[in-house]
Amino acid sequence: MPKNLISIHDFSKKEILHIVEIAADFEKNKSQNILNDKVVACIFFEPSTRTRLSFETAANRLGARVIGFADAANTSIAKGESLKDTIKMVSNYVDIIVIRHPLEGAARYASEVTPVPVINAGDGANQHPTQTLLDIYSINKTQGRLDNLTINMVGDLKYGRTVHSLLQAMSFFSPNFVFTSPDELRMPLEYKRFLEGKGIPYTETRQLSEHLDSSDIIYMTRVQQERFNDPIEYENVKNVYRLEAGMLSNVRDNLKILHPLPRVNEIAADVDDTPYAYYFKQAENGMYVRMAIIAYLLGYR
Amino acid sequence: MEQKDKHLKVTAIKNGTVLDHIPAESLFKVINILNLSKRPNQITIGSNLDSRSMGKKGIIKISEYFFEDEEIGEIALVAPNATINIIRNYEVVEKRIISIPESFVGIFRCMNPMCVTNHQDIPTKFTTIRERNEVLLLCHYCEKTTDTRNLKIVSKK
Repeated sequence: MPKNLISIHDFSKKEILHIVEIAADFEKNKSQNILNDKVVACIFFEPSTRTRLSFETAANRLGARVIGFADAANTSIAKGESLKDTIKMVSNYVDIIVIRHPLEGAARYASEVTPVPVINAGDGANQHPTQTLLDIYSINKTQGRLDNLTINMVGDLKYGRTVHSLLQAMSFFSPNFVFTSPDELRMPLEYKRFLEGKGIPYTETRQLSEHLDSSDIIYMTRVQQERFNDPIEYENVKNVYRLEAGMLSNVRDNLKILHPLPRVNEIAADVDDTPYAYYFKQAENGMYVRMAIIAYLLGYR
Repeated sequence: MEQKDKHLKVTAIKNGTVLDHIPAESLFKVINILNLSKRPNQITIGSNLDSRSMGKKGIIKISEYFFEDEEIGEIALVAPNATINIIRNYEVVEKRIISIPESFVGIFRCMNPMCVTNHQDIPTKFTTIRERNEVLLLCHYCEKTTDTRNLKIVSKK
């Protein structure tokens, strides 16, 4: 059985730390030709330009070649080919598969019908584990550690898969969580119970301003209009959960603001010029982390 | 008296299995899960029978067939309190207890409409989890849970 990365639960604490360590090495030395005899498939059944470019660049910087498609529309999937058959066919050609699919569980299923390792680049609203690992890498890099940090998650905590996966992965490192959200989008009970079971403290608030000054990491997420029944309610919430440079006058020196991107208006443009903005660098880190994951799953690091 | 005789004629089997105390609303689910429509055995099915303890109940009698424990465990979520009587020569020789299996393969649908198993020809796979006195099925693929109120059976081919 090859090693896969389908869900953040597939990696142990030790493996998470290993990825962080080798990603740092790739960041220092951005092009390492260790996979020049390998072919990577990037098969995207729904478009995600940011993630796809990050993976393809990662593979290229490792010396591998990339095949694949960016959208299922022009492939035999449009003719009705099953996911299994597409995966079987691609498996014949490549050494590792990166898959993005709108259906939840598609990546897990793909990993069961192919002999090559599979990386989940997002399966619907379910998992996006490389995002979580790049978040962890960014936290470690900016704070110099992962243990005992106060992480303030802001925005859509109900539906946001990135915050749920990050919460679970960070639970290895004795964090302190703040959940800042409107009532409609609070952190689901199952995740709060999970934290209680592990003895990890958390605070919930509706006020964005309340915990800014005591946070090490502010993890912003996008509040999506379609989550609200009432458009007026959305307008209210949208303007309340908006971070502006003026709100950051008393924050900790080590504070960094993360965001999985794309942002809409939840972070004002004037925040970009503060020393706390880290979201663009965070996206860049994604490439090093994906290099690390590909190299690790192929047994090279 | 005449009534009783009729009752006996329908129900008595010489050798086989009697599944009693099936919740009336679950009877056809049990028939489906155990794939009884494909069995060659003589089968007697009673629906909406009067029951002192349950009000209405279902009962299934299968001649010359004895279920494996795993097979019978599959009905645990729809008929947790059913009794399984093993009949030999008209006598109940054994009563079995149903225990909930650790996993279910290919029986129930995942209630998440975006789950890949609802769109591709993939047998569902669940792990049984217990949370605050409730049994939930955790989908191996989409990682969402299906509760017993939302159980739908995959129609067998």
